[in-house]
Amino acid sequence: MKPRRVFADLKVVSRSYFRNPAALFFSLAFPIILIALFGLIFSVGSGGPVSIAVDNLDHNSPTSVAFLAALNQTKLVTVTVVDYPAGSFAAQLGDNGYSAGLIIPAGFAADYSNRTSVNVTVFTNPEDASAAGQTEGAVSAVVNSMNLAAACGSGHCTPVIGVPPAENIGSQVYTYIDYLIPGLIGFSILTSPMFSMVEIASSYRKDGIFRELSLTPLTKSEWLLSRILWYVLLTFVTAGIMIGAGVVLFGAHVEITLGLLPFLFIGPFLFVSLGMLAGTVAKTPESAAVIGNIITFPMMFLSGTFFAVSAFPNYLQAVAHVLPLYYVIDGMDQVMLFSNPMRALFDFGVITILAVIVFALAVRFFQWRDTR
Amino acid sequence: MPNAIEVRGLTKRYGPLTAVEQIDFTVEAGTVFAFLGPNGAGKTTTTEILEGLRRRTGGEVSVLGLDPWTQGYALHQRIGVIPQDFRFFEKLTPTEGIQYYGSLFGTHPDPKSLLARVDLGDKADSHFDTLSGGQKQKLGLALALTNNPEVCFLDEPTTGLDPQARRSIWEVIRTLRREGRTVFLTTHYLEEAELLADQVAIIHHGKIIASGTPAEIIRAYGRPERLVLDAPPALGEYLHTTLGVATEWRDGRVQVPLESNRDALRILSAVDASGLPWKGFSTRTETLEDVFVRLVGPMDEGALKSEAPA
Repeated sequence: MKPRRVFADLKVVSRSYFRNPAALFFSLAFPIILIALFGLIFSVGSGGPVSIAVDNLDHNSPTSVAFLAALNQTKLVTVTVVDYPAGSFAAQLGDNGYSAGLIIPAGFAADYSNRTSVNVTVFTNPEDASAAGQTEGAVSAVVNSMNLAAACGSGHCTPVIGVPPAENIGSQVYTYIDYLIPGLIGFSILTSPMFSMVEIASSYRKDGIFRELSLTPLTKSEWLLSRILWYVLLTFVTAGIMIGAGVVLFGAHVEITLGLLPFLFIGPFLFVSLGMLAGTVAKTPESAAVIGNIITFPMMFLSGTFFAVSAFPNYLQAVAHVLPLYYVIDGMDQVMLFSNPMRALFDFGVITILAVIVFALAVRFFQWRDTR
Repeated sequence: MPNAIEVRGLTKRYGPLTAVEQIDFTVEAGTVFAFLGPNGAGKTTTTEILEGLRRRTGGEVSVLGLDPWTQGYALHQRIGVIPQDFRFFEKLTPTEGIQYYGSLFGTHPDPKSLLARVDLGDKADSHFDTLSGGQKQKLGLALALTNNPEVCFLDEPTTGLDPQARRSIWEVIRTLRREGRTVFLTTHYLEEAELLADQVAIIHHGKIIASGTPAEIIRAYGRPERLVLDAPPALGEYLHTTLGVATEWRDGRVQVPLESNRDALRILSAVDASGLPWKGFSTRTETLEDVFVRLVGPMDEGALKSEAPA
């Protein structure tokens, strides 16, 4: 393994790339297009009801049930009753993808009928202003009408139910765009090396380029390493663009930490090797494309690229857990969103072991020379 | 001089098909060796085996004392190869290609002088995909020289090139020989072999059917000198009946083999006496091509393409 040869080859790869306007456009503009497209579709207020989680500590008393029914009738929110452990409500909202929540206190019905002042607690994510506004509007509308019915009936209009300013749960709540950024970085870590390596593996063989290279001192592992380094560089640029576009266009709040670097390195390492392996087992460019697609497509959709895996039905989650890309994206979620280095380390370990195995297999099976 | 290439009993089979069967030859260091044969005869297969690009089924092969298949990596540092139909990275220029190969080999070639050497200086900074067939082939030649090789393999280097490009490649081959390098050339242009080669071997159906210097092959397999008459076939019949000589109607001309120069005088007198019309005459010595065509049958120019199995 001579670095001189790896870098000589890397120079050729980058030159070929920069002289191909289509490739250049796709790697620079495509990340922005993806972020903008999915961000617009899913994260800007759609006008529909906001899904809110409600912890009803008044144990389904008729008054609290009526209160929730009234909330639903506003068409501004859709109520889902949850039962989170005491004290962790705000954190649980974030982990479960809610951007707003409500706690109805114990004794709510009794206090209401006794005209004793009682507060309901609203949780919103200030980053998601439209959902917060919709939730607060719905809650105050229902509270006002219940106060009116309770108090003004006897002549005084003293509010019974209070709504203190919404509690800030922003630091634990993630909007769709926040999940989307690691997901789409993972998407490009997967797709750009897979599609092009599968193509290169078969077309270089057909055009005799591998044969040319076999006559030089360049080794197969040096060649593969130079491709890996190229895609690592490309991934850094793509990730930078995606994070930038997410923050600028949609105000995403992701943590940019050094913990991200191992994933931006090992991801391309794995998928360049996997693409090469797939292209190697194929006999023709056509079958190479088919094999590449069979490997790539399930991962493209089921690894948490566009939607969080935790939102999948159980059987699909089980499928996701055997897909290598899942660990890349989950690892990035852990470092960029959840600050959970232990789980990230586990994900990194899984991908590294897999990457080393796939790299070794690719070098073993891919032939410069015709062995017939 | 020691031998640069030694081949003994080389055999290559693709499944039931035998491409090369028990061939033997040696190439002396510092000479030009031309390997001739019609398409599908086993030329490219043999060449690829010598280059270490293909595994042999049987026999002994040594190039610069190395086994090309098992010691290919070491061998490749010392040989230069230009395959048929050379392809390269499309968006790379010849200068960059030479720099790339120079870095891989750890040599420090001067792209400018190397490209001037193969007469490609004016295209030094054009992308490979804009080069003509001849220019691509020249780049292949320049790249094959970046590691200062002891043996150069040229597989049909001039196929499909215009006469001028062909001549400039011949010039490079002559220079390579002058520099003391060994050149292993496959070609189907017999003229090329006759002009450039010290030794020639003709392969047909996987077997070597003739070998030696071009002159030796012509002497051994060629026909004697002939008198060629630009005249109707009737003159041939007349000469046959009056003089008893064997005549032949070939290429639109009457051809008569000559035992000695005096025969020519005798035949020309008879021609004059015949009263039949004739336009001109010449004498002709057989070329390597005549011998080749007789040995392996006519070559079909239209079918000149790779003989390697798909």
